[in-house]
Amino acid sequence: MTVGLEHYIALSASLFAIGFFGVLLRKNTLVIYMCLELMLNACNLGLIAFSRYHGGMSGSIFVFFTITVAAAEVAVGLAIIVALFRKRQTVQVPDLNALKN
Amino acid sequence: MTDLFFYIFAAITLACAFAVVFSRNPVNAAMFLILTFLGMASLFVMLEAYFLAVIQVLVYAGAVVVLFLFIIMLLDVKEESKAKLKPLTLVASVIGFAILLVGVVGITSSDNIKATTETLPEAAGATLKNFGYELFTTYQLPMQVTGFLLLVAMIGVIVLSKRVKTD
Repeated sequence: MTVGLEHYIALSASLFAIGFFGVLLRKNTLVIYMCLELMLNACNLGLIAFSRYHGGMSGSIFVFFTITVAAAEVAVGLAIIVALFRKRQTVQVPDLNALKN
Repeated sequence: MTDLFFYIFAAITLACAFAVVFSRNPVNAAMFLILTFLGMASLFVMLEAYFLAVIQVLVYAGAVVVLFLFIIMLLDVKEESKAKLKPLTLVASVIGFAILLVGVVGITSSDNIKATTETLPEAAGATLKNFGYELFTTYQLPMQVTGFLLLVAMIGVIVLSKRVKTD
């Protein structure tokens, strides 16, 4: 069975699902953030696959912008995590319950 | 032959993605994240997006994961405590995962998507030259906005990590 678009889309969506699973399951903020990156990357793979089978290069350009935005997002998010750690001395989600009750 | 490579790289990527989710130590998770990104970069190469594959390795496997490792070391995050996962969390996560996967199978096994993939068009030539040309002509405005976004992110990070004096 030759590899076609549907294989790439299936792989991309499975990676997205794995990332989503990690976001739901893990308690460490940093690992949750890694799983978010995984989800972003899975979307990139889908975009590139669609772009390749569509025949244009606008999808690739869009991925370029996505990567840029993701890099900026990582920098800001990690700065937020560091600020959070300074204030609360933990990055475990169950301990960050200031808004509970 | 290319099919074989696709399956190898797909298996590596999926296995490493699972390892990211399940490894207890955040450093191990970051290392598996590098492997996942490298596997994806090789899939980009198979889709003839060579420039994006290079960017993927440089930006993601390079900058982003190094930033993650730096923060992990800086915060000295201990290995996840042995506190058991709540069963409810586990069940809810698995259900969410399963629903997404079922959706995927439903979409990719439909006939619509198969009909479009029978003919593979010529590669659009996503080469570095074409990228540069497109970025500075058709996509000039998004390019400028992205640059501005990077500036804003930089300022935001500086503001966030400045130690606020509390007295």
